[in-house]
Amino acid sequence: MDLSSINPVLLLASLIAASTPILLAAIGELVVERAGVLNLGVEGMMITGAICGFAIAVNTGSPFAGFVMGALGGAALSLLFAALTQMALANHVASGLALTLFGLGLSALLGQGYVGIKPPPTPKLDIPLLGDIPVLGPVLFSHDLMVYLALALVAGVWAMLNHTRAGLILRAVGENHDAAHALGYKVVRVRVLAIAFGGACAGLGGAYLSLVRVPQWTEGMTAGVGWIALALVVFASWKAGRVLLGAWLFGGVSVLQLNLQAAGVAVPVEYLSMSPYLVTILVLVIMSADKSRAPGSLGRIFHASQ
Amino acid sequence: MTLKTLLTGAALALGLTSSLALAQDDKTKVGFIYVGPIGDGGWTFEHDKGRLAIEEHFGDQVETIYRESVSEGADASRAITQMALSGADLIFTTSFGFMDATLSVAEKFPDVKFEHATGYKTAPNLSTYSARFYEGRAIQGHIAGKMTKSNIVGYIASYPIPEVIRGINAAFIHARKVNPDVQFKIIWAYTWFDPAKEADAATALIEQGADVILQHTDSTAPQAAAEKAGGVVTFGQASDMAEYKPFPRISSIIDNWAPYYIARTQAVIDGTWETQQVWHGIDEGMVEIGEITDAVPADVREEALAMKAAIAAGEYHPFTGPLKKQDGSDWLADGETADDGTLLGMDFYVEGLEGEIPQ
Amino acid sequence: MRLRLERRPQPARHWIYLSPLLAIVVTMLAGGALFAALGKNPVTAISTIFWQPLFGEFAFYYRPQLLVKGAPLVLIATGLALGFRAGIWNIGAEGQYIIGALTGAAVALALYPLEAWFVFPLMIMAGALGGLAWGMIPAFLKLRFGTNEILVSLMLVYVAEQLLAAMALGPMRNPDGMGFPGSRNLQDYPAAHNAELISGSGMHWGVVVALIAVIFAQILLGRHILGYQIRLTGQAPRAARFAGVNPARLVLFCLGTSGALAGMAGLFEVSGPAGQVSIDFNVGYGFTAIIVAFLGRLHPVGILAAGLLMALTYIGGEIAQSELGLPAAAIQIFQGMLLFFLLAVDVLTNYRLRLASPAPDPGRSL
Repeated sequence: MDLSSINPVLLLASLIAASTPILLAAIGELVVERAGVLNLGVEGMMITGAICGFAIAVNTGSPFAGFVMGALGGAALSLLFAALTQMALANHVASGLALTLFGLGLSALLGQGYVGIKPPPTPKLDIPLLGDIPVLGPVLFSHDLMVYLALALVAGVWAMLNHTRAGLILRAVGENHDAAHALGYKVVRVRVLAIAFGGACAGLGGAYLSLVRVPQWTEGMTAGVGWIALALVVFASWKAGRVLLGAWLFGGVSVLQLNLQAAGVAVPVEYLSMSPYLVTILVLVIMSADKSRAPGSLGRIFHASQ
Repeated sequence: MTLKTLLTGAALALGLTSSLALAQDDKTKVGFIYVGPIGDGGWTFEHDKGRLAIEEHFGDQVETIYRESVSEGADASRAITQMALSGADLIFTTSFGFMDATLSVAEKFPDVKFEHATGYKTAPNLSTYSARFYEGRAIQGHIAGKMTKSNIVGYIASYPIPEVIRGINAAFIHARKVNPDVQFKIIWAYTWFDPAKEADAATALIEQGADVILQHTDSTAPQAAAEKAGGVVTFGQASDMAEYKPFPRISSIIDNWAPYYIARTQAVIDGTWETQQVWHGIDEGMVEIGEITDAVPADVREEALAMKAAIAAGEYHPFTGPLKKQDGSDWLADGETADDGTLLGMDFYVEGLEGEIPQ
Repeated sequence: MRLRLERRPQPARHWIYLSPLLAIVVTMLAGGALFAALGKNPVTAISTIFWQPLFGEFAFYYRPQLLVKGAPLVLIATGLALGFRAGIWNIGAEGQYIIGALTGAAVALALYPLEAWFVFPLMIMAGALGGLAWGMIPAFLKLRFGTNEILVSLMLVYVAEQLLAAMALGPMRNPDGMGFPGSRNLQDYPAAHNAELISGSGMHWGVVVALIAVIFAQILLGRHILGYQIRLTGQAPRAARFAGVNPARLVLFCLGTSGALAGMAGLFEVSGPAGQVSIDFNVGYGFTAIIVAFLGRLHPVGILAAGLLMALTYIGGEIAQSELGLPAAAIQIFQGMLLFFLLAVDVLTNYRLRLASPAPDPGRSL
């Protein structure tokens, strides 16, 4: 066992990169849930984004076009969910699950010709001077564009929710949709926009997986990451800043267990692999002891006549 | 009437009617049950190449069918039965996990021939076949030992089963032979194919100093991770992974099932098919070594090719003593070679490997 | 003139039965269009999926397979439906299924090679208790800390999967298996084998228990006070509290029952059709059962029908894959569409479509 072989600087850098897909999906879902909608279809939207992004990137040779398409793909799929829950007034849980199933199947079908292909590489944004700072350099300043975009998105969402009128309306719709409706706010429209945003973010996270993290397309490649993102939102008590922490924690545990193995730590591998999920449960428990509540109208069906 | 009788009756009736039918059923029907998608670029992809080779070789004489992504258990039984009911004469089941399902269906369809990959249960109409991948690993280990500058070789292992442990041992023995300071760092991914996990594992190994990555998992993700990191050498697994030539992929082990598949199909056509248990290696062409690229120094390449020839000719066995087990006990005496039985059930590391095999 | 949705005073009776049928028809049409887009004859494809397993050439083999595939789905979904009706979302049935299989198989492997009448009943009890215990974790956390049971039960699925791998490779590995992963095959151990009760019928003990579960659930929901409380909590939570319903009791009951039923389904599967504890033992029945529960409108008899329908799409889908070359993904989309359309059409049960002119809303004058 040689723990000294684990390089903390590289570990932190890996952690930040590894947490980006979950971060993107979670921040999108946070906005959706703050608007009072529980979208369990994150996994479906992520994988749809993964294949859309991958396919376009391979066909056009531009990873950025891929990212844009990934976001659009995720958003398009989420609109199906929006149609079901906001217009057809279907049960949120079932609709989200249907979305996941559909998304997994759709992506597998679309991805048939793309297995085993190498996508165009996404350049790293090596910021010239800052990247050379001893410890902080590699950790903070040598990532690709998407990592920074994800961080900017978190900051943006936080600012929007807490300091803008639009954010206020969103939160009002989420807390009490009947009151918001009575005040004249278009509940359905706000929710559909929020759902589309959530879908776009999840799609972006999925595209990051297939274009940067792996980078490859495989059926079912998200492997449950969408569900983790859902857990993260609860873990973060629906606060944008905490989503960041949660993403790093989860990304960190996954990366750490691999590093521990490589360093020869003799903990049974399956138990190490369980650790991210157990840690998530633990944190969920601790967080639910926190007084922060879920948005009041989360998961409840809204219809103007009620 | 039991299901067995019913099915046997049906199969016989089918056989009768098909032989009475016009021209159409002079074709031999060969079926394939795959555990993954044919586009995985690895294990299943190579089996499918074998299937395509059969089609090309036999032309109109043979018709092939396949089912991909079949899960083990009841679904496998059903898939194999379906294939047998639809008139297949020869069925290849290409994953260890299909063993019991193949055996139980073989018992119900005595006139259909079955071939199970990497298993150990046979029947009068069920053969098993596997490849001596460890021969390829020995060559990889030799090249790895010579190519590494940091003396750390990373190994992405899948499950702690004898086949994987054999591979690790074979690679390590030959790396150590040419480089007494080399160290292996092993990560158990607990999957045969999971690009995200493989990429993470490769990155973790590289971050811990490995500049050679060996893998027993099937995707190209470790090659991509190595390419991203730069200065890291990899080997293709199951397929050539040629898109990563000439660097980081400097060689590969290729599963080549075509010769065996064609031979067995011919045997069914000729009526000479008999049950057998084969374990073929470089000699019979089941294990191929992919092109060793120019990134490898000429003298290393010569040595590797010489070893390959020696193994193929039967002059050299990758597990030749003197060798000790990891716990220090003696295993093989000077000049003694390991017998197939020990190799098939290998559950120990050789001396010099650090770490434990997960239980 | 716009289309408006107007709430019905009470759910329309005829739509409750019509909407699933309408959804199926619409799915067949949409699915047919999808298959046509993939270059397959839509009529052939649809008939391969729906007609062949029931009446085709080899239906004598496929019909029993419907029971084999459908039984775990019905068993798990019945348990889930109880909770779903009360707003208690057990999404972790897959994990409870795995743990039930592990505990049941553990009993069998520990007793091997003892031949006694009590081995199998003991296994069933172990399986039920295992699933129950795993379901109790989210229940306990919900009651004690208010933690969301959706997420906890879901995380526990992944934990269960890792545990399965650990067991298949370690303590439960077959000592006669030449070092390969996977437990002893329980199909070779007569006292523990969940064999077909009538040979060739596909009917194993899991099928029988699934039917019993459906009957019990039906009686519970219709006649028992607990069933009444479940239904009340789902439809009017505040009224339920006023009526003296103890929410904690419901949580424990619903999560416990669904966990136990899922665990039993796992046990029947591992000792029957699957045969051994292996790394890839679980195939997603726990998640598909959620869909079956909704397809069956959370009604036990509906679930029975929905489970068989879902099994039909699986088995028919497999035939379509090998005979028509239809990709497996297309079947998955098909199943997703079925649920989508059902959920969409379902709105007609509770709401009425009205063409209306945009009249001023009297309650909005300010």
